[in-house]
Amino acid sequence: MKSTVPESVTPPRPLSSLTPGTRGVVVEIRIPAEHRSRLLEMGVLVGTPIELVRFAPLGDPVEIKVRGYHLSLRKHEADLVLLRVNS
Amino acid sequence: MAIASKAASPLRVVLTGNPNCGKTTLFNSLTGLRARVGNYAGVTVERKEGTILGLTSQRPVRLLDLPGTYSLSPQSPDEQIARDVLFVQLPEVPEPDLVLVVVDASNLQRNLYYATQVIELGHPTWVVLNMVDVARENGLELNVPSLSAALGIPVFPIVASTGEGLPALRTALDHETHRAGPLPEPRSFTELTESFGKEAESIESLLETELPERKRLAMAEAVLLLSDDRVLNTHAGKYPETIAFAIAAARNRLEAAGVDWRSAAIEARYARAAAIQMAVTTETSPPGETLSDRLDRVLTHRVWGLLIFVLIMGLMFQSLFTFAELPKSWLEAGVNALSSWVESSLPPGDFTSLLSSGIIQGVGSVITFLPQICFLFLFLSVLEDTGYMARAAFLMDRLMSRVGLHGKSFIPMLSSFACAIPGLMATRTIDSPKDRLVTMLIAPLMSCSARLPVYTVLIAACIPTRRLFGIFGLPGLTLLGMYLLGIAGALGMAWVFKRTLLRGEPSPMILELPPYKRPSLLVLFRHMWERSRLFLRRAGTVILAINILLWFLVSYPKISGSPAAETDRPTDQMRQSFAGRAGRFIEPVLIPLGFDWKIGIGIIASFAAREVFVSTLSVVYNVENEKAGSPSVANLANTLKAEKWPDGRPVYTPLTGITLMVFYVFALQCVSTVVVMRRESNSWKWPLFQLAYMTGLAWVLAFLTYQLGRACGWN
Repeated sequence: MKSTVPESVTPPRPLSSLTPGTRGVVVEIRIPAEHRSRLLEMGVLVGTPIELVRFAPLGDPVEIKVRGYHLSLRKHEADLVLLRVNS
Repeated sequence: MAIASKAASPLRVVLTGNPNCGKTTLFNSLTGLRARVGNYAGVTVERKEGTILGLTSQRPVRLLDLPGTYSLSPQSPDEQIARDVLFVQLPEVPEPDLVLVVVDASNLQRNLYYATQVIELGHPTWVVLNMVDVARENGLELNVPSLSAALGIPVFPIVASTGEGLPALRTALDHETHRAGPLPEPRSFTELTESFGKEAESIESLLETELPERKRLAMAEAVLLLSDDRVLNTHAGKYPETIAFAIAAARNRLEAAGVDWRSAAIEARYARAAAIQMAVTTETSPPGETLSDRLDRVLTHRVWGLLIFVLIMGLMFQSLFTFAELPKSWLEAGVNALSSWVESSLPPGDFTSLLSSGIIQGVGSVITFLPQICFLFLFLSVLEDTGYMARAAFLMDRLMSRVGLHGKSFIPMLSSFACAIPGLMATRTIDSPKDRLVTMLIAPLMSCSARLPVYTVLIAACIPTRRLFGIFGLPGLTLLGMYLLGIAGALGMAWVFKRTLLRGEPSPMILELPPYKRPSLLVLFRHMWERSRLFLRRAGTVILAINILLWFLVSYPKISGSPAAETDRPTDQMRQSFAGRAGRFIEPVLIPLGFDWKIGIGIIASFAAREVFVSTLSVVYNVENEKAGSPSVANLANTLKAEKWPDGRPVYTPLTGITLMVFYVFALQCVSTVVVMRRESNSWKWPLFQLAYMTGLAWVLAFLTYQLGRACGWN
């Protein structure tokens, strides 16, 4: 699956480092395998386009838009989801 | 199977789907809100079942509503039940004749992920494509015939909230009642990679020989067992050891070959779901900002979002006092009228006294809180049904994470404002067992509706009705203070438990933020009524029984000598009654808190249920005041205000009121909570621990409140 994402010049960035409104494609999920499955089942997979919608008022968690719906996850996990940002 | 016997038995239909797909709305419109709500054996997952109305067929159609589920690899007890029913692994639920998968048309990919899992199980399955109107508003036109062709099963487009498309669904259900065709061939929606597919096939053939009765499910089951490491642990008894060994070996081989067995099937299925979604969808307008997005811009805004959240909470508590006041006064008047009528029309004596002071006044004083409780439930239903509850979790997660909990724990805590029991049940959505236990341990610290009567009476009796800054009444602020104290206590104890007894690494919080919905008034009131009825039933049974017992304990033994002595010296009668003796027995523990033995009676009597405190006081003081010429139904608060210590100081000073309320904030005075906690935690250890720590905390904090208050010269 990983090999299907084309390599480009910009290095992957953690989801949590994006500014609201930024879109990108997931290139790697570094969450330990045993905690990863629910995120995958919610549709956040390598190769999936994601938009960072906003951070919660107190800074955590983050809200993302994936596959046409809104999902929230903590910064702790968002740190471990790496994206290639569309230029 | 003989057709004749089939005609007599009901057609069993199971309703399943993702959370927030409109499944409950569909269930309500199909069954006409006449569902039977119960529990699955051994767990407290809600089981909703009803008969589908409006069919012409003679054969009844029973609809079972499964809890909302994101996948067949369960992460919570709710999802576990849904999985077990669909896998025909629950003895109490027979194999379904038909499965309806509700699919949210405006969120097709993720909903199809689950729907294809269910279709693969090989039950006769239909897709109910809900919220086609929302999809249309979002600029998405779905081609229903091609979706049906891609899935290989019938698809019914509907709008559950307006009833659009339901007649067609009903007609099809009518046909289904006398259909006896062959079962559909199981089909697969995952193009598995070669290595994974081979391993799955070998597990499939093993399942077919080991569990021949579920042969049709074998391939779907094999894929799930192989990719989900929880199922085998939670279903230890349901699979033979050979299967566990085979799966472990298969996973080892896959890992050696560099295949991620956890994600392989998920990726393959999502690829298929996305392909189907794209093939059946036409974008009629470019995706723009929906109404829900615009609302979220304000409601989760850095400043406005928090401000609105605080305002909503504030409005909720203020309205409990203001809006509910009028119906409450009607109920009070009604109870008083009934009680005086009984007293005037029956000959005086023990029986009349039991009826008017014991039963009518006692139960009545609790029933008069019904309006407030209805308002509380109504508010919580609105928060839930609009989708704001998920935003509350989103807003509050940061705070909750400070004490080691999740935003998800916020919802059970919020529900516990109504009652700790739905609160405890709401913890079932929390994935981590430790987080769930911590949430259950602290949820009863949130001030539940049963404390509201206690607070209300004590505030009316002890807190002066002054205004602060012109707008906030002191009584309202005191009430808010008690609720805040409960929240602070709950968070504090969560922090303590997460660092001591139940230490554990934080588990990820993955929470869907569903689009906002306009709630249906009918459903809101239905929810409110269902929950309030539970409260009424308690008032009608437990509280009635306690009141009769209490009346006896207060009235006997009679003072020796002539019965006239009793009416002359009511305080003495009270003092030497059984209840008085019990109150005086615990008085030494209560004196440091500034409580007298009559309050002691109230505390003992309300040990089983807090709201009994109010009815107890009305029994205790009305018994006493009967002779004093006051109307049998004196305003309880006024009676309390007039109550004096032997040396003439008033008993119910603001400090006593606050101390007593602090005690009630923390004390676990609720048998139902203990019983539900026992069931939910599956042991007596945790409910007993909870009882001990909460009672201890209540005493210590009440002690500190009273002594500090006195030290500051406040009385």
